[in-house]
Amino acid sequence: MRVIVLSLALICGAFAFCHPAQSFEVEEFRRFGPEGAPALKVLSTTDTEVLAPLIDSFLAQFPGLAIEYTTLGSADLMKAITRPPPGQSDFDIAISSAMDLQTKLANDGYTRRHLPESPAQMPDWASWRGHVFAFSQEPAALILSRAAFSGLELPKTRQDLITLLRRHPDRFRGRIGTYDIAASGLGYLFATQDARTSESFWRLMEIFGGLETRLYCCSGQMIEDIARGDLAIAYNVLGSYALARTDLADRIVVIEPQDYTNMMLRTAVILKETSLEKEAGAFIDHLLNAAWSQSPQAAYPFERYPAASSRQSAPYRPIQLGPGLLVYLDRLKRARFLGEWRSAITQDETRGP
Amino acid sequence: MSPPRPESQLRTSGSLSRRLTLRLVLSAAFLTLVLFFVVLAFVRDISQRTQDSILLASATSIMDSLRVEAGQITLDIPYAALSMLGNVSNDRVFYNVRKDGEVLTGYEDLPAPSQAPSPGAPSYATEEYRGASLRRVTLARRLSLDGGPADIEITVAQTREGQTAELARLTRWALMMGGGFFLVSALIGIWAAQSSVQPLHALTGVVSRRGPKDLRPVRHAVPSEMAPLVQSLNRFIERLRVSLARSEDFIAEAAHRVRTPLATVRAQAEITLRRVEKAENRASLREMIRAIDESSRAAGQLLDHAMVTFRTDSLERKPVDLDGLARDLVERLRPVADLKDIDLQYSCAGVSPLRGDAILIQNAVRNILDNAIKYAPSETGVLIDVRQGPLDVIISVTDEAGGFPAEEDTAVLTQRFVRGSNAAGTIGSGLGLTIAREVAEAHGGKLVIEPSSTGAGACVSLSFPLR
Repeated sequence: MRVIVLSLALICGAFAFCHPAQSFEVEEFRRFGPEGAPALKVLSTTDTEVLAPLIDSFLAQFPGLAIEYTTLGSADLMKAITRPPPGQSDFDIAISSAMDLQTKLANDGYTRRHLPESPAQMPDWASWRGHVFAFSQEPAALILSRAAFSGLELPKTRQDLITLLRRHPDRFRGRIGTYDIAASGLGYLFATQDARTSESFWRLMEIFGGLETRLYCCSGQMIEDIARGDLAIAYNVLGSYALARTDLADRIVVIEPQDYTNMMLRTAVILKETSLEKEAGAFIDHLLNAAWSQSPQAAYPFERYPAASSRQSAPYRPIQLGPGLLVYLDRLKRARFLGEWRSAITQDETRGP
Repeated sequence: MSPPRPESQLRTSGSLSRRLTLRLVLSAAFLTLVLFFVVLAFVRDISQRTQDSILLASATSIMDSLRVEAGQITLDIPYAALSMLGNVSNDRVFYNVRKDGEVLTGYEDLPAPSQAPSPGAPSYATEEYRGASLRRVTLARRLSLDGGPADIEITVAQTREGQTAELARLTRWALMMGGGFFLVSALIGIWAAQSSVQPLHALTGVVSRRGPKDLRPVRHAVPSEMAPLVQSLNRFIERLRVSLARSEDFIAEAAHRVRTPLATVRAQAEITLRRVEKAENRASLREMIRAIDESSRAAGQLLDHAMVTFRTDSLERKPVDLDGLARDLVERLRPVADLKDIDLQYSCAGVSPLRGDAILIQNAVRNILDNAIKYAPSETGVLIDVRQGPLDVIISVTDEAGGFPAEEDTAVLTQRFVRGSNAAGTIGSGLGLTIAREVAEAHGGKLVIEPSSTGAGACVSLSFPLR
């Protein structure tokens, strides 16, 4: 009898310590707020340090509340919500830069409706169905190495870039980087939006392919390589990350293409299974307020871009939330797109599956 | 002759205007209800069709992107295929593509139609999926694949929240419109009911405003539906008038025919009385003369009454000097009064002339004076007073004949052939006060009988408005 009790206790202890029972890979876990307080469990693809100031300013308003912030990849986030391992406690909020996956979560019924406190501040396109809320605009930028472009005019548009690469193929051969869109969800999102917006994308990919373009999984690495001088051009890098690296500012140039710049929207959803609906709503409102209110907050980590369309904002194209994003998640569509892209970028004449 | 009171004596079978109002309002309510449901069905159908057509457009555009490349089915779903659904409403979108029943791409568990739709004929259905109500369309197409046929089915579905919200909005709108429609038509109904019974009210007013002697036909313009009623009423009035006139004529003729022979009989009786010696014969002759006097007086009053009736029917108004008229009468009757030692006192404070028929008024005053002299005991006084009131001229005759007994209803005395209970010993027909009252009423005035101020007798007053 005693043995059974002891072993039960051990099992329970084991479950309690290896938090949370995972079939997905957690990058980082951090708890904000007082011990023992009820915690909002936030799943996020955004680095903890980036959102920490906003979380702190939120918790300052709710002293009795804590936030458990778990960061992970966007695919893992999707998995954690749609196929939770048995015994996993429910999460309250999901924050992700994968707009398509967030849209799919909302479309497939994993999210909960929320009525923002001050919806007037927010542009219409910043939410979908009252389920998905965008709280940042981050450009798909062109990052250039200052050193590599000495004596050259910096390209302002994709056409400029195409012209430049055609004129100086040898100067840039092997020194161009972009996302491996088969590996990176964000790269795929930017590439599909590019393909949707302009025919020049495919031409650019053909040229990239001819110049032995290197493929990356993440923005951070590309920025590092540019700064080091290994790369001269990095295409479709998340501008917000590049701008955040103020330490590299003298070595890299961030270009927001003038023909059009896709704006990735970082979005948050309240998950259906939440038990802290009111608090989760308040956290979303806090994020939206920071993003869209007229008075900028010091804690807001992202660059603020104009929300209303104006002359100045003309090249910015916020990626449209909505069922259209689901199209690129389609298995056949994705396979076809990846095939096209691969054949362009690797100049492989035998087109892949 | 008291006027019938329709409220108490007529049986009524509901109100015409209420019945009409009720029917009009009820039919308005019924029409409103019908309209509401028709609009609702219409709106429901339209919004269903709208959603269906967008779903079909989406499914068609997906179908168009279907290719067979190197023996493989490939699909390049256009961005617009799903985004067009998002542009119309914020609903959730599901789709899948099946080949021979096996899901190639999209949502695996999306319900498929129970029987495969034939190519070119999309199948629509509304069903439950993931806790939400879905509208889905399924398109089918047969491809040739590896030399054999392959049945492709494309299903696109959308939740119906937007449609439901839109329907609720339109239902509210239809409800409001129905309410307004009902209100307006009910008001029109009430107005119509009121205005269609209005001619009835008008006719009622015209008829009930008539004087008691007014037997002219109704000339008021009425709607054609009421014309037969009014014609019948006029025929009835005419018959009544003819029959009344005939009976009045008959009475006057009879009185006239009786009066002349009576005078002869009375003269003969007087002559005989002078010749007869025997006491009992004289007594019976005197009794006979008394009876003849009574009959002749009655006949005279009947004639008077007939005359009054005739003249009041076509009353001619001319200025009448009541003072002079009354003074003349008093002087003319003074010899009769003197016979009974009755003192006639006349007083007049000066009056304005009134407009009326002098002969009628003289007749009325004479009848009252006759009565007073007849019923007053010997050696008493009869006071005739003519004075002017604020709106009328009043002549009152006060006697000292003991008045009317307290229990007697003085109003009854002015009815035909009714005599006071203490008049038994006196010759009279009971028509005098009736004549006086009819004359007063014909002039818009009235006759009042009351105890005299001293209590020793009665005071009969005639008042004529000056106007």
